[in-house]
Amino acid sequence: MSQSQPSTNRPMSPHLQVYRWQITMTLSILHRATGVALTFGAFALVAWLVAVAAGPEAYAAAQACLHSPVGAVLAFGWSFSLYYHLCNGIRHLVWDAGSGYSMKGLYTGGYIVVAVSVALTAATWAVLLGGAA
Amino acid sequence: MAQFRLPANSRVGKGKTFDAPAGVTNVKQFKIYRWNPDDGQNPRVDTYNIDMDNCGPMVLDALIKIKNEIDPTLTFRRSCREGICGSCAMNIDGTNTLACTKAIDEVKGAVGVYPLPHMDVVKDLVPDLTNFYAQYASVEPWLKNDNATTQDAERLQSKEERAKLDGLYECILCACCSTSCPSYWWNGDKYLGPAALLQAYRFLADCGDEATGERLDALEDPFKLYRCHTIMNCSRTCPKGLNPAQAIGEIKKMLVQRAG
Repeated sequence: MSQSQPSTNRPMSPHLQVYRWQITMTLSILHRATGVALTFGAFALVAWLVAVAAGPEAYAAAQACLHSPVGAVLAFGWSFSLYYHLCNGIRHLVWDAGSGYSMKGLYTGGYIVVAVSVALTAATWAVLLGGAA
Repeated sequence: MAQFRLPANSRVGKGKTFDAPAGVTNVKQFKIYRWNPDDGQNPRVDTYNIDMDNCGPMVLDALIKIKNEIDPTLTFRRSCREGICGSCAMNIDGTNTLACTKAIDEVKGAVGVYPLPHMDVVKDLVPDLTNFYAQYASVEPWLKNDNATTQDAERLQSKEERAKLDGLYECILCACCSTSCPSYWWNGDKYLGPAALLQAYRFLADCGDEATGERLDALEDPFKLYRCHTIMNCSRTCPKGLNPAQAIGEIKKMLVQRAG
């Protein structure tokens, strides 16, 4: 922040370097991080759809990417990002409606969002892997 | 744009260590941010080992003991020592609070003491609050009532109307909330921050104020108000137990309702 008296060489006090990570700020930055992940995931999804449309060879190549270890990890991360961003988005809507601002509400809502997104991710992959087996 | 690293002149080096007197057994370590505007050096962290058998219970007691008995150059603001003036707001053990109401035994291990985060440092634990106060002034924190018909009569406020100000009027402007907010760290020049916005809402919520529309006009801005991303560090850290995030939410709600 630029402030008064620029003639002095005042240092900026430490911020991220000293601030203890709070659950509040962690869930907030996770919302943004999952949003960014979803954006890149959307490109990957489009690439996969293009491959589907392009014929059997391209589809086989896309499937090989998806089933490689890296592809599987990315797909898993994308699915969690989707569920977390969705659930936390609902939490944002509740705030926008004017509710859930008490400290207890903030923490309860946060824990519910994390629990539900983990559960949905686990359920999705249980179905996917169960179908594959 | 957010800059996560500290500028070169702000990176913190190692400082001096002050040992406890010989024979003292009940020792607590304080690691305190120091910066002297006169020596041309970078900031440093000095370590003070304090005899807790001869020290008051609060972090401010330890700071005063250090200044009186160990190192008179240690500089910090303090006044009321009972949590009502807001002078001794600082970052203690990683979160912002008032040194006078923060008990030393709440902190496990060494007590880290830093100035309020992401502020220009005047000296040691004293941040420059010029911008913070200017932002407070910008919300015009006074009752506006220019209506001629109500000028000469007493304006009564019901108990319910008065109750709307609870949780707002108690703010002591210590700046703990605003300087806990990452959004304020990155955009503090344009985003008003939780403290000023809570004050803005205090006057929006007051039935004695007739400038609601004008106040909302001034706040309807992508930066002043809407840089609040509901990170919620403000409400988490407020040493008075207030909820600036909720006040900001109420302002956003008022703007939506006004838009219809």
